[in-house]
Amino acid sequence: MTALRDRIIPVAVVVAAILAVWYIAAIFMNAPYQRELNDRAHETPDLRAFIGQTWAQNKPTLPAPHQIAENFFKNTFQVKITSRRSLVYNSWVTLSSTLLGFAFGTVLGILIAVGIVHVPVLDRSLMPWIIASQTIPILAIAPMVIVVLAAIGVTGLIPKALISTYLSFFPVAVGMVKGLRSPDILHLDLMHTYNAGKAQTFWKLRVPASVPFLFTSMKVAVAASLVGAIVGELPTGAVAGIGAKLLAGSYYSQTIDMWSALVAGSVVAVLLVAAVGVVGRFVELKMGARP
Amino acid sequence: MRRFAWQSVLALLLCLAGATMLPLADAVTALPFTIARTGAIELLLLGSVVVTMSGVNRLGGAVLLLFTVHIAAFMLLGGIAGNEGAARPSFFCLLAAAWLLAWRLNVVLSRLKLENRGERSLQRLAIPALFGVWILILWEGITRGAGIPFVLLPPPTAIAARFASSLPILGADLVQTVFKAVLAGYVIGCGSGFVVAILADRVPFLRKGMLPIGNLVSALPIIGIAPIMVMWFGFDWQSKAAVVVVMTFFPMLVNTVAGLAASGHMERDLMRTYASSYWQTLFKLRLPAAAPFIFNALKINSTLALIGAIVAEFFGTPIVGMGFRISTEVGRMNIDMVWAEIAVAAVAGSVFYGVVAFVERAVTFWHPSIRGG
Repeated sequence: MTALRDRIIPVAVVVAAILAVWYIAAIFMNAPYQRELNDRAHETPDLRAFIGQTWAQNKPTLPAPHQIAENFFKNTFQVKITSRRSLVYNSWVTLSSTLLGFAFGTVLGILIAVGIVHVPVLDRSLMPWIIASQTIPILAIAPMVIVVLAAIGVTGLIPKALISTYLSFFPVAVGMVKGLRSPDILHLDLMHTYNAGKAQTFWKLRVPASVPFLFTSMKVAVAASLVGAIVGELPTGAVAGIGAKLLAGSYYSQTIDMWSALVAGSVVAVLLVAAVGVVGRFVELKMGARP
Repeated sequence: MRRFAWQSVLALLLCLAGATMLPLADAVTALPFTIARTGAIELLLLGSVVVTMSGVNRLGGAVLLLFTVHIAAFMLLGGIAGNEGAARPSFFCLLAAAWLLAWRLNVVLSRLKLENRGERSLQRLAIPALFGVWILILWEGITRGAGIPFVLLPPPTAIAARFASSLPILGADLVQTVFKAVLAGYVIGCGSGFVVAILADRVPFLRKGMLPIGNLVSALPIIGIAPIMVMWFGFDWQSKAAVVVVMTFFPMLVNTVAGLAASGHMERDLMRTYASSYWQTLFKLRLPAAAPFIFNALKINSTLALIGAIVAEFFGTPIVGMGFRISTEVGRMNIDMVWAEIAVAAVAGSVFYGVVAFVERAVTFWHPSIRGG
């Protein structure tokens, strides 16, 4: 009951308010073009009919939510999955490079973190640069990476995945450094009294202690990785994927298509973050965390 | 026998290997490595090896090493400039040896125990600086030595030359992207996020409804609204600012709401016993307590804002702007110009972040993480 009162009702009300504002905004933003259309056709609809027209334009400035939902439903469930128009197909293209980049990024981040924790000179010399690297808008490098790699014959999944890697290694590295350093001095001393070696301390104490940190940062990393994959699709000339769908939509001003591609991207993001969360919970339970 | 550091031993071996495979480069032009130059490089590097092996872990030895290694490195780089692609294995052996010695120098530096506070902060700067310099040296040495095609990866000196020769263009792009789009969007986005957070704090129902949505939206690829904003607000900087507004709004909202909940019950009760009003409590207690959270959002947003503006420029711009320049110069294969633009973006991003961090230190001087407690 408290969940209903504290979460569901407030969220539902806010969502309803957003939708209401959206519909009203759609009337006003689509009105000028609709008036022009009606003038040309010498029509003078009454207010109700006019509002209905603004919510049913072909290429509206701001599509109404039901138009987006309709388009999303059609392109997800009613088009063959192998078709170019299918959002499932395009999401899969983006998802595959996201996952590859995420895997690279996670591995790279963990390796960097292990290095930083164990080699003091790396901690001092590399850590400031890792932090500085994130103040650089790394997405600015995306088109160059793609074009340059294409020039030496590397195309397809890898260049996009590299951009995802670039964006996703940072949260993992920072989170893992924190996690590997999280065992407190008492536990480290205990390992010392057991005469445990560096490797044993690492596997039996530091790694288990870092797991919650790892999954928290992986949630951030997977979202960043998706952004990288979408941006990586822009300069390749809109072949396939959610980013390509956005670019094609902006070329032909098919706004409804763009919005439904955005919805698809959001669904993928939510699913990815949720999946990482579920895996994290599972691993923690397996390791004996109390629910 | 005492153990020598592996970097020194390996550097010695590489020096000797390099010496057996001379000359350093094939003679393409009139000025390859002269015998005197080659000899000087070898001597400097061998001398450095001796310095590291003689157990000099003091400041004097480190400074000596700093000079010998870098003079050798710059003589190597100076010799290869103009002889691209002519380097022989011995060149790379010596470059690697110099790199290992610099690594050793960094290890020595980071182990140095300094008394003086000023010296310690110099040490904290010098170690990452050395690391960065060596990335540039290796980049320069490898691209020039191996003759990597210019369109793949131009050497840093070429990028610097390009940077210096196209300052007006870079300046115009900087003004368009950073001073118009990013700053306007950042101020509006962070400001409105802050105001909505205060509103949500005043109305608990709103907070309960907005916080889950805010958290959800933070994970979404918001950057995708860029083409829509370009369609709505036109090609000029207003559309980029709009993207930045949306991107910065949610982190600010979520962090400020979290920060406003950060003040303790005791302090809030104290304010109640003083009979202070909501606004008095807000300004005197809760906002200062929320400051670290708010600055955290401001820092996250400083990088998000630059990314948003640059990516939005891919979808259409007037013929100026950093994102526009990058995408067109890539198309024309002027990769050195792209790198120059990336350098501008990096500096702008770092300065932006640095300014926010500086203001944070000045405003939240009382916080334990700043006092170093």
